[in-house]
Amino acid sequence: MGPPRAHAATRRRGTRPDLRNLSLLIVLAALVLVGALTTPEQFLSLQNLQLVLTQASVIGVVTVGVTFVIIGGGIDLSVGAMVALATVWATTVATQQYGLGGILLSALLVGLGCGLVNGLLVSFGGMVPFIATLAMLASARGLALQISAGRTQIVDVQPVLELGQRDAYVLGVPPIVLVFAAVTVIGWLVLHRTTFGRRTVAVGGNPEAARLAGIDVRRQRLLLYLLSGLCCGIAAFLLIVLTGSGQNTNGNLYELDAIAAAIIGGTLLSGGRGTITGSVLGVLVFTTITNLFALNNLETAVQQIAKGAIIVAAVLIQRKGRTS
Amino acid sequence: MTEHAHHTPTTRRGILFGAAAVSAGALLTACTSNESNDRAATSDDQQTGGLDDKPGKHVTIGFAGPQADHGWLNAINVNAKSRARRYKDVTLEVTEGSNDTAQQIGQIETLINKKVDVLVILPADGKALTQVGLKAMRAGIPVVNLDRVFASPQAYRCWIGGDNYGMGLNAGHYIGEQLKDKKHATVVELAGIDNLELTRQRTKGFDDALKNYPHIEKVGRQAAEFTVESGQSKMAGLLQAHPSFDALWNHDDDQGVGAERAIKQAGRDGFLMVGGAGSRKAMDTIKAGNSVLKATVLYPPTMSASAIDLARALAQGKGIGGMAELEIPASLTLYSAVVTKDNVDDHLPTGFH
Repeated sequence: MGPPRAHAATRRRGTRPDLRNLSLLIVLAALVLVGALTTPEQFLSLQNLQLVLTQASVIGVVTVGVTFVIIGGGIDLSVGAMVALATVWATTVATQQYGLGGILLSALLVGLGCGLVNGLLVSFGGMVPFIATLAMLASARGLALQISAGRTQIVDVQPVLELGQRDAYVLGVPPIVLVFAAVTVIGWLVLHRTTFGRRTVAVGGNPEAARLAGIDVRRQRLLLYLLSGLCCGIAAFLLIVLTGSGQNTNGNLYELDAIAAAIIGGTLLSGGRGTITGSVLGVLVFTTITNLFALNNLETAVQQIAKGAIIVAAVLIQRKGRTS
Repeated sequence: MTEHAHHTPTTRRGILFGAAAVSAGALLTACTSNESNDRAATSDDQQTGGLDDKPGKHVTIGFAGPQADHGWLNAINVNAKSRARRYKDVTLEVTEGSNDTAQQIGQIETLINKKVDVLVILPADGKALTQVGLKAMRAGIPVVNLDRVFASPQAYRCWIGGDNYGMGLNAGHYIGEQLKDKKHATVVELAGIDNLELTRQRTKGFDDALKNYPHIEKVGRQAAEFTVESGQSKMAGLLQAHPSFDALWNHDDDQGVGAERAIKQAGRDGFLMVGGAGSRKAMDTIKAGNSVLKATVLYPPTMSASAIDLARALAQGKGIGGMAELEIPASLTLYSAVVTKDNVDDHLPTGFH
């Protein structure tokens, strides 16, 4: 027997995701206004826009994958650890010999490999997603630590490093941001315009009904964890480009940030509902907050308090938007 | 007897590894150093320190450190192990590193039960591990407390560690001297993990040093997390917030890798950067002289090798050569030297990866 899904039936159908995203847009606009008022010259500059989007990209790609998993009724706590393992694996000296292609491919393969294990444990091992991915969190972090021996693995492959430099910007857009945009668009198309997307929503909303409707629930769940792993592989590559290194501490607390961004973006934690645009807006809200803090030179303690307050505000506004 | 039999394979393997490490080290020195071999030999001798190198009675040292998830902590483990291997009369019992206080307490209790002669402990949290330090001392096992200090002096026989306040102080003085000809100068600070005592000490030392230079103003401070990723991200924010400044004090060379990356990505220069800890990468960069990084303030991971020296001396009842006293000191604070292009060659052998 799966977790109770009684609320799925009673949940309001036809809720307007646009309205929910609208409330997030209001929060984002408010943050932009604060930024424009406090540090007008820095905040509204092109450079800062590039910075905010670049910083949103790595966690953004992870969040797109996590959104799929949560909509499908699961959870993935291992995303940060998978990113760490992928960056460490892809930056080992042996891998660096194969250049950009070797680094990219190994990052993607590690992500996919971990995702496959998660998926098999949940779908065919009958494990609760929380536990299966928690186990992956622990072992992937451990493996990353062992491979790197706690060292920072510096990347010595010029084409990889150049991707993060200003010269590589396409019409003012950093390549890292382009990848994030592509993942967002593809994620949106897959979720809202394909059978795969409809199946994901069905499996998350009511797995029993989905099974009766002829959907292979186990296969669908396996694919969702694979997708999350793949996103982590992509994110790991972006992180390598961004920092020029691989480290076992990479992706620290990504799982919380990604899940929080998805929930703020209107994804139901119990599955069956969510949007890619909402999740991406959630990520942008977080990143803009961090940027505002840095620009205004706020202390760490104040930052943490303010972040908590803004999360609460965002969710309250959202709830208001839903009931009105 | 059984204990001895138990140790034999470890020792043999130890010697093999030791030989491998020494030859690898020699190879590395040969490859990377332009200096003559005499120089390498000299620096090696310096590292041996003034302690009595003559073999004494056999000593088993228990070593309990935190999880090596950071370059500096990894260097701590490596230094302790390789130093112990150099002594034929020393057996090192190492527990697996852990950041979990309860787990580390358990590991130390195991070492106490094994009746090691001396304990070297780098606690994940000094205050939280005080009780187990006391327990060891009461069981008659002297404790060498490494770096993060226990809450009670009764919990250790000898403390050896770095000087976080001194790091900030020396970084501040170096920056002050470099900018002394400027009428009005500004500095920014990229701190480490803000809820650690050591981060607050590094900042306090820095601020105190800057008080000697009234024309220098600290205009920005952000805390990172000792990781490359956080260093990149927080530095990018600092650079955006401050379109120009004259100097940057970065608490940690690991996060400095990320900070330097952010600086390059933003295409910024025109300021000098001072790092902290003393990684090999930072020293190589300082030596090459082609980046904003001009200096790093040491927090030497060789302190674990010195801790092994002290533990051995303690168990063998020796003092420190060159000092009049018959016993080893109760505490030793290492100096936070500033490594610049001028003296980088001297310090290169201690740079950690």
